[in-house]
Amino acid sequence: MTTEMDAEAAVKELRATFSSGKTRALEWRVSQLKALLKITEHHEEEIVQALRSDLNKPEFEAFVHEISAVSAACKFALKELHRWTKPEKVKTSITTFPSKAEIVSEPLGVVLVISAWNYPFLLALDPVVGAIAAGNVVVLKPSEIAPATSSVLAKLLGEYMDTSAVKVIEGAVPETTALLEQKWDKIFYTGNGKVGRIVLAAAAKHLTPVVLELGGKCPAVVDTNIELKVAARRIISGKWGCNSGQTCVSPDYILTTKEYAPKLINALTCELEKFYGKDPLQSNDLSAIVNSNHFDRLARLIDDEKVSDKIVYGGQRDKSNLKIAPTIMLDVPADSLIMSDEIFGPLLPILTVNKIEDSISEINAKARPLAAYVFTNDKKLKEEFIKNVSAGGMLVNDTTLHLTVSGLPFGGVGESGMGSYHGKFSFDAFSHKKAVLQRSFAGDLSARYPPYTSKKLKLLKALLKGDIIGIFRALFGW
Amino acid sequence: MEDPIHELDLESDLEELRKTFKSGKTKEESWRKSQLKALLSFLEEQEDAIFNALMQDLGKHPVEAYRDEIGPLIKTVNHALQNLKKWMSSKKIPLPVVAFPATAALVPEPLGVVLVLSSWNVPFGISLEALIGAIAAGNAVILKPSEVSPSSSSVLADVMQTYLDSEAIKVIQGGPSVGEKLLQLKWDKIFFTGSKRVGRIVMAAAANNLTPVALELGGKCPAIVDSLSSSWDKKMAAKRIISAKFGTCAAQACIAIDYILVQKNFAPTLVELLKAEILSTLGEDIKETNFMARIVNKNHFSRLRNLLREPGVEESIVHGGKLDEDNLLIEPTLLVDPPLKAGIMVEEIFGPLLPIITLEKIEDSIDFTNANPRALAIYVFTNDKKLMKRLTSETSSGSIVYNDAIIQYIAETLPFGGVGECGFGRYHGKFSFDMFSHEKTVAYRGYLVDFWFRYPPWNEQKMWLFKSAYRFNYLGVVLIMLGLKKS
Repeated sequence: MTTEMDAEAAVKELRATFSSGKTRALEWRVSQLKALLKITEHHEEEIVQALRSDLNKPEFEAFVHEISAVSAACKFALKELHRWTKPEKVKTSITTFPSKAEIVSEPLGVVLVISAWNYPFLLALDPVVGAIAAGNVVVLKPSEIAPATSSVLAKLLGEYMDTSAVKVIEGAVPETTALLEQKWDKIFYTGNGKVGRIVLAAAAKHLTPVVLELGGKCPAVVDTNIELKVAARRIISGKWGCNSGQTCVSPDYILTTKEYAPKLINALTCELEKFYGKDPLQSNDLSAIVNSNHFDRLARLIDDEKVSDKIVYGGQRDKSNLKIAPTIMLDVPADSLIMSDEIFGPLLPILTVNKIEDSISEINAKARPLAAYVFTNDKKLKEEFIKNVSAGGMLVNDTTLHLTVSGLPFGGVGESGMGSYHGKFSFDAFSHKKAVLQRSFAGDLSARYPPYTSKKLKLLKALLKGDIIGIFRALFGW
Repeated sequence: MEDPIHELDLESDLEELRKTFKSGKTKEESWRKSQLKALLSFLEEQEDAIFNALMQDLGKHPVEAYRDEIGPLIKTVNHALQNLKKWMSSKKIPLPVVAFPATAALVPEPLGVVLVLSSWNVPFGISLEALIGAIAAGNAVILKPSEVSPSSSSVLADVMQTYLDSEAIKVIQGGPSVGEKLLQLKWDKIFFTGSKRVGRIVMAAAANNLTPVALELGGKCPAIVDSLSSSWDKKMAAKRIISAKFGTCAAQACIAIDYILVQKNFAPTLVELLKAEILSTLGEDIKETNFMARIVNKNHFSRLRNLLREPGVEESIVHGGKLDEDNLLIEPTLLVDPPLKAGIMVEEIFGPLLPIITLEKIEDSIDFTNANPRALAIYVFTNDKKLMKRLTSETSSGSIVYNDAIIQYIAETLPFGGVGECGFGRYHGKFSFDMFSHEKTVAYRGYLVDFWFRYPPWNEQKMWLFKSAYRFNYLGVVLIMLGLKKS
């Protein structure tokens, strides 16, 4: 258990470590990244067990979505680190001639990573990889709602990492509050908007920059004239195949035309049965709901009298095992509970529109989501969608996969968050890009200095406009 | 004096801007270009009005005003006009072969309706650098200039406004209470330049709406002066130091040199050089020669006077120290080794008082600088390459400049911004465009290739396929798929 004093002591120790300069050395960063990699390679069983315990996460998801993703992040950072840490040479213009300029990446210092419960291993370590690669010291506070994973993280990082620079502090609200009162050089938070505001307000006291990875209602627009079976599989994979819909980028709801809806529902239910069988509550390939709080929250969404007659598939639940079957609803009213907040569960409302183009204004009437999806072969719809829908990221003809590519930044906009990470963007998120300008004493422009004269003014005007002839004329007094 | 009717209009002003943004007008390249061109016209046609306003607000000489405000802004607008198409275009991202998405791009989009809170010392420069970035990125903007520079604020609200599309860009005048009211509204980004104290207020207000902010705050920018041998180098260094302190709004600038660090044995030489340079560039009587800006108002004048009155400080003055309250003028003042605990060495000075701190060896400047909160800039005057390397890698600041000062402000290829207590977020050049943009990731997939092992029900075989794929073991993948390799 951490109190105010423990948080303060931890930060003090970390600051001293950072000031020593140890973490700036490339060798140190490489050693720590290799240590993280070892954890993913030698403790797979333990991690998979913890994820089963916290979320009944299928081993497949545990491996593909969490362990291998962390391992890939470490490997990518190890491969690219020398490139990322090289100063970026920058061109200079006539206004500062003669000069040399470059941009140098430096660590921010002491950073705090607050992680979430749904991908408790990935969302804890993915940012930590970036923080370490950039040369910072880190405190990681894993989510207490996934306690088994939190324990495993504390144990394994405690064993493998340099604990004078990388600390795991477990705990719930009081511990997190104590940590947020300290002065950090950056805070990285993954979670919901309510706590996001609290984090931002705490950061304001110390003028600490933050990255907030929040959520939103990610829409998936489904057009006609597509490979329906493939689309259905991809929607299912992104929804129920990702932690039973408890994923910030899962398709939250679907928009399709009135005529197409029955076909879509048919395809979805057909594939769902192939994946999870006739009694999905028995399938071992579906994650459970994380705890009874969230289970009750989701049950309320199903029991909402506004939607009870809109259920076209599923609806079964098993409270003792915290399982809810894949559930599809058709044409729920806009003011129903399920359409007000992010669902974060295995319930999929399908809203219908008259023309598919109308879905764009439907989406724009809501807060900007973390991701938006469109399934279409229509070039015009694709272009309209990309041009007019604002979201953290978009994927055409699939769901969620854009996260797996390390060359793409992952982050939100508006209510879905600020800042981004993954790959080099993680390194950048935890770096300060320092401008370095080198001038010599040789070239000097006397027009810069007083005493000020009108001739000097003429020269400055020409110089700042880049007007070569003007410069000559001013120099020669014309 | 604030206009009560105007205060009521803030919500409807914001409503109007939201409506305009929603209509898509500000996203059009043609609209953005037209507004940037309008700003260019404003800067060229209203030069005299701008000179007059700056003379009234700060006693800023027209050449200084052109060098530091109008000139750089014209450069910035032209740079934006030239590069706008490139900045607005999507950037293709190369993807690894095994990546599931087929192609991907980063598409920049405007954030929406943004708020720019500007400051009084470079009233046109700071307001317009941000405005140019916001417009280039396609946003609707409200600009609130500082009431502490009222003439400049008027020129912006009454003259510049007429050049711009008021349905999308508004200049709103007012003091702290107008600022407070603006902060209660919901913005898509807030850009603030000013003090740490107000920076905290801005960020706390933004937190309620999850509004991202960029803060350009202050700090104490040190100038580390090595023992130079060549007389040319010495003269150049002195010239640049004087210009970067007294010649830049009388040191009322976030990137002005705040204090100097010099080795004990070089200090007397440096002091003499600086004295000589002050006399030759600024003249004996600054009121007569008029080359130095004045202190902005009585508040700041008193603040600076109090810094000089602290115990131990007045005795450390080696040059200047004369105060003219009626004209709000303070002579260029040099001090050697004032007490390190005195206000003049703890707070940002923001005025023409230049403390010179002596050290045993010049390398001690590294520890000295690191013991203090990070600043917007560190300036170093030296020919010693080893020292340069050490300073670049062992200190941290917004930027670091060798053998000159202030000039990084006009280098549009370098990001301008702080780190730690001097703020976060960066702008100038393309960085301004990026500051007011959201880079949306867009990825595309086809239907043709689909990995059947992506879907449940799960089994060992599918697990092994994934493990191989992730380890980029293509051969393994193919073999397993053909059933030729046992998992």
